[in-house]
Amino acid sequence: MSPEFLAYGAFFLTMALTYAIICLGLNVQWGQTGLFNVGIAAFVAIGAYASAILTTPDAAGRIGGFGLPIAVGWVGGAALSALLAFLVGWLTIRLRADYLAITTFGVSVSVQLVALNLVGLTGGPFGITFIPRPFGDLAGNALAFGLANLALVAAVVLVTYLILERLVRSPWGRVLRAIREDEIAAQALGKSPKWLRIQAFTLGGAIMGLAGAIQAHFIGFIAPENYLPMITFQVWAMLIVGGSGNNRGAILGAILVWALWALSGQLIEATFPAGSQARAASLRLVLIGVALCAILLVRPQGILREVRTLSRHALGRKQPEVSS
Amino acid sequence: MTKPATHAPLLDVRNLAKSFAGLNAVDGMSIALARGELTGLIGPNGAGKTTLFNLIAGSLKPDAGSIRLGGTDLTAIGPERRLRAGLGRTFQIPRPFGEMTVLENVLTAVQNQTGERMFANLYAFSRIAAEERRSVEKARAILDFLSLSRLENEPARVLSGGQRKLLELARVMITDPQVILLDEPAAGVNPALLDLIIDRIAEINRRGMTILLIEHNMEMIQRLCARVVVMAQGKLLAEGAPADIARDAGVVGAYLGDAA
Ligand SMILES: Nc1ncnc2c1ncn2[C@@H]1O[C@H](COP(=O)(O)OP(=O)(O)O)[C@@H](O)[C@H]1O
Ligand SMILES: [Mg+2]
Repeated sequence: MSPEFLAYGAFFLTMALTYAIICLGLNVQWGQTGLFNVGIAAFVAIGAYASAILTTPDAAGRIGGFGLPIAVGWVGGAALSALLAFLVGWLTIRLRADYLAITTFGVSVSVQLVALNLVGLTGGPFGITFIPRPFGDLAGNALAFGLANLALVAAVVLVTYLILERLVRSPWGRVLRAIREDEIAAQALGKSPKWLRIQAFTLGGAIMGLAGAIQAHFIGFIAPENYLPMITFQVWAMLIVGGSGNNRGAILGAILVWALWALSGQLIEATFPAGSQARAASLRLVLIGVALCAILLVRPQGILREVRTLSRHALGRKQPEVSS
Repeated sequence: MTKPATHAPLLDVRNLAKSFAGLNAVDGMSIALARGELTGLIGPNGAGKTTLFNLIAGSLKPDAGSIRLGGTDLTAIGPERRLRAGLGRTFQIPRPFGEMTVLENVLTAVQNQTGERMFANLYAFSRIAAEERRSVEKARAILDFLSLSRLENEPARVLSGGQRKLLELARVMITDPQVILLDEPAAGVNPALLDLIIDRIAEINRRGMTILLIEHNMEMIQRLCARVVVMAQGKLLAEGAPADIARDAGVVGAYLGDAA
């Protein structure tokens, strides 16, 4: 295999893995807690913009440009997105479930509009460029640069996955499952569903923000058009295809749907004349929609379905095999 | 046995009222439980007993009245905080977490778990592990006590009606409440389990637990309770020793459906 091909493969996988992180965040909110977030784009965008503003060098005509290390940007992006998620959760989770959906959608449209119009902070329609890239000094060697970034993002996916698995199997995850099954019973046992939902929503938001920041630094520039409701749709498709409620499913679904997305893009580029490519691009959406329907028909719970989780310490004693 | 009312009651419920679209389901009910008392609550179907429990436990907000436990006013706080204050309840129709194992159902109910704090799970490993070990031990003792041990690894959805009632009891027991409200713990339970349930309720009470018990089975009430409160149409109808209540003409009338 040629180095160009490998470099492209690394680029492709790294992008897919940034989506896997977003998808893990959605799995905390929807898969584990049943919170319907239709404003994923907002949380990703907040993470991306916050990190970009924190880490880019000073630029004329734009507030910010603090030139901080990339790691600070990641943490800042996750924190700001967590704050947004906390506020949205705090305001809406006490209300009926559908309020969360409407609010998150509204927030995602607003965040996009702010990114577009608050030129002094976000760079407006042109966005923010010269975002520092991890391993930027390797940029001359596409393959080394690609592999180094892939390793970094894969490590983040792994750590996020391990932390989430630990949480799922903790007493915290146990209460979350109890609340999902029967909120009234959980309340009668002293658990506070609202507070736990807000926690789960905030955690999911933080993860999405982190993913947004990672994406921004990987690509090196961001613009409002990256954060259209399209992202929200893609990530939902990823989670449903991979298997809602299953963290491995979330990662797998992200890679598969991203592959479908990327390949169909190339196919369209190759087969349609330049003039009609913009219109043909909507075929990609149809393609993902069809894939989604196919999965839902064949495996309604996704490729990797949710497994019944036991909290780590409740692995019961061995039962005698013969009984009754 | 009922203790003399020299002390303030442990649970003091006054003038509770709740109406649903004009129907006065609970209509100025008061009830007081002394510490250690096992009191029966009877009344015809639709008398408002379950609604009264929902008001006391906080699943419903009363239109009027107050609820005090050990001198603390619980009227304004939610059900989860009432449980934490020591007021436990079971449901007339059991509400197990069906996809969780029987053991996990009970573990979920343990109070003040460090591991319920999200971040604690990322650093307080040994403390959480130690707490969980203690909880598992305690849960198993309770499951043993209620003859559910054999089922501890089964998902709760496979339990029979009677076993579900026992699981409700197990979950509330592990919260270490001061008062337990039991809503028909023996209704629809097969006779083999019935004796066990009666026996275990008596034993829990003997260990000092204050209990308010809704039950239709008069024989069970007579075996367990020194005092019975009768409700009809949301109001207190009568109160006294089970034997006297069984002879009370008004009570008999209420059950026949013509209470004034
Ligand atoms: N959530 C509710 N909405 C409307 N009516 C209710 C509700 N809960 C109970 N009721 C009504 O209140 C009355 C008392 O019900 P309940 O407390 O369940 O009685 P009991 O437990 O004594 O059989 C009944 O007429 C019942 O139909
Ligand atoms: Mg009832």
